[in-house]
Amino acid sequence: MNPPNPLIGTRPFPEAAATELRNPQLRANLTHATHTIRNKRSRVVGEVPDWEQLRETGRAIKADVLRRLPELLEQFEAAATAAGATVHWARDAAEACALIARIIHATGHREVVKVKSMATQEIGLNEALEAEGIAAYETDLAELIVQLADDTPSHILVPAIHYNRSQIRDIFLRRMSDVDPSLSDQPAELAEAARKHLRRRFLNAKVAISGANFAIAETGTLVVVESEGNGRMCLTLPETLISVVGIEKILPTFNDLEVFLQLLPRSSTGERMNPYTSMWTGVTPGDGPQNVHIVLIDNGRTATLADEVGRQALACIRCSACLNVCPVYERTGGHAYGSVYPGPIGAILSPQLTGVARNSSLPFASSLCGACYDVCPVKINIPEVLVHLRQEYVNDKRDQTSAERAAMRALAWVMRDSRRWSTALRAARTGGGVLASVLRRPRVRHMPWPLSAWTSSRDAPLPAQETFREWWARRERNGGEER
Amino acid sequence: MRIGLFVTCVNDLLYPRTGIAVVTLLERLGHRVEFPEAQSCCGQMHANTGYRDEAVPLIERFARVFEPYDAVVVPSGSCAAMVRDTYPRLVPDTAGIAARTYELSEFLVDVLGVTDVGASFPHRVTYHPSCHGARMLRLGDRPLRLLREVRGIELVELPAAEECCGFGGTFALKNAEVSSEMLRDKCRHIRDSGAEVVVATDNSCLMHIGGGLSRAGVPVRAMHYAEILAS
Repeated sequence: MNPPNPLIGTRPFPEAAATELRNPQLRANLTHATHTIRNKRSRVVGEVPDWEQLRETGRAIKADVLRRLPELLEQFEAAATAAGATVHWARDAAEACALIARIIHATGHREVVKVKSMATQEIGLNEALEAEGIAAYETDLAELIVQLADDTPSHILVPAIHYNRSQIRDIFLRRMSDVDPSLSDQPAELAEAARKHLRRRFLNAKVAISGANFAIAETGTLVVVESEGNGRMCLTLPETLISVVGIEKILPTFNDLEVFLQLLPRSSTGERMNPYTSMWTGVTPGDGPQNVHIVLIDNGRTATLADEVGRQALACIRCSACLNVCPVYERTGGHAYGSVYPGPIGAILSPQLTGVARNSSLPFASSLCGACYDVCPVKINIPEVLVHLRQEYVNDKRDQTSAERAAMRALAWVMRDSRRWSTALRAARTGGGVLASVLRRPRVRHMPWPLSAWTSSRDAPLPAQETFREWWARRERNGGEER
Repeated sequence: MRIGLFVTCVNDLLYPRTGIAVVTLLERLGHRVEFPEAQSCCGQMHANTGYRDEAVPLIERFARVFEPYDAVVVPSGSCAAMVRDTYPRLVPDTAGIAARTYELSEFLVDVLGVTDVGASFPHRVTYHPSCHGARMLRLGDRPLRLLREVRGIELVELPAAEECCGFGGTFALKNAEVSSEMLRDKCRHIRDSGAEVVVATDNSCLMHIGGGLSRAGVPVRAMHYAEILAS
């Protein structure tokens, strides 16, 4: 049996969401956390007078990268190789995992420490390594919590956002072998417990795995942006460092970081400046890892790049601002999306990486309110891409019949012709009038499928006694006087 | 200036009073409004649900029907945003008609340059800024500037006003449970505002909100703001 794909859920979104909605603790945790980060972001973004120009610059740099991706990738490979790194290319998750396992086996070690990385989540690396007899230890606090709980992340930046601190204490007490049994749920105590637990891992680690926020084509430099210092430990102490990087993470020049190191911290954690920004270029003799590998992964990105509307999703810098403002995410949490990339960006990224047919409920998991587009630091028009993917999905199914397609086609046929449309309005108005006189009220509480989905929680209006066009025609007949 | 009213399909059938209010209001301000009867729907539901091939003929039809007009006035932020934002992307020829299409408050404030429309409405009112008007058209405070000039009106703040009510067209059916949860919070905020009436620029959102308020037994009336401006 194939391992589960970390980009595809086992249930369609509406079904998975319904389960999550019935968890009041989850809702309380999510509301509290998303609102806290959302407000903090809003405050620090408001301090930057040229924020809109920064967003526009970020968008333009990313668009340029996507246009020149093949040449920039080759430039990056040449520069990183010249600096002593070994660059590998992986077409998909399986190829990447096999390659990484081979590199680790060659070191003779069976344990690795990890810096938080979405790319490794996306390819299911930890599970693949486990199957190879290699233990991968997460060192980011939230990733550690999720790993100890045998759970999966529910947020791109705050993987354990669905837990509150007393739940975290319970997880530590249950699963952390070296924890003090009198541990309280004070954040400082929880962090201290994790720090002690992780310290031994850092000091023993011979192999580390990271992702990268940015890869500089000009210099072959990789950049990791993190807040806890765990990344710095992993990137400097071990002998072997393997970095898994999506091919879209390229920036042309070192100077471009100036823009993104302003956009990313304010959009993600609501900080003015990022606490730990680590940069390395290949191998520095006698300093840091001496065996440096870079695995560039495609995993659906080239296919995404081919879509003129959809490719803007590849500009994403994984800040999660869109998750924190999304009214859907806020209520369902990340697990409902079934992908390691949840929320609005996940709803356009996951289906493109896997092909829409295999992830078809996600583009519909949005009310198209547009709050995500407003906060995106690189101006990804998420609603536009959502609608585009819906159209792609519907178009792919053109030859299959469904009740929805039949209804949509019939309605469009009626609306295309003014006589048909006027007749339909009159018929609906007449039918509504009959119904109103039977019900003796102007609202309906129960409707048949598929409109029963509406009346499950809302009353429905009945047509007015006279349509607007009937009113207008009557008024015209009377010389424009009648009201 | 030749003004064409695009009343929208939802208003034509379910909320004719909103269309009547727009006509009344514009005539009171001294303008003649025409209602081209060949109009039907802007095609938003089809386009946003994924039925692009079904939407395109409706878009072309809209462009044809409203071609003779200098300005098209729409009492819906969502339908106006469909025309302005989406039309040129799906049918490039529509850029001209898209640029001449205005949501009602834009037409009043930006084109006619009025905020006091001579209305009177002595009630406590709260305003829900519908998403497409707020974020796609950037209506900003235009509807509020018009409402503030209404005699006797008491405008009260709506908590978390900018948050979506959960309607989202077919989203309300395809993801009914998430949509209902969003609506529940919106209705709670409306109740907490202490208003007698909740207004918005869109009857589709108001149909959703009004349906939720009515089901929950909250005695707040949902009403299109054009009807206040015409009163």
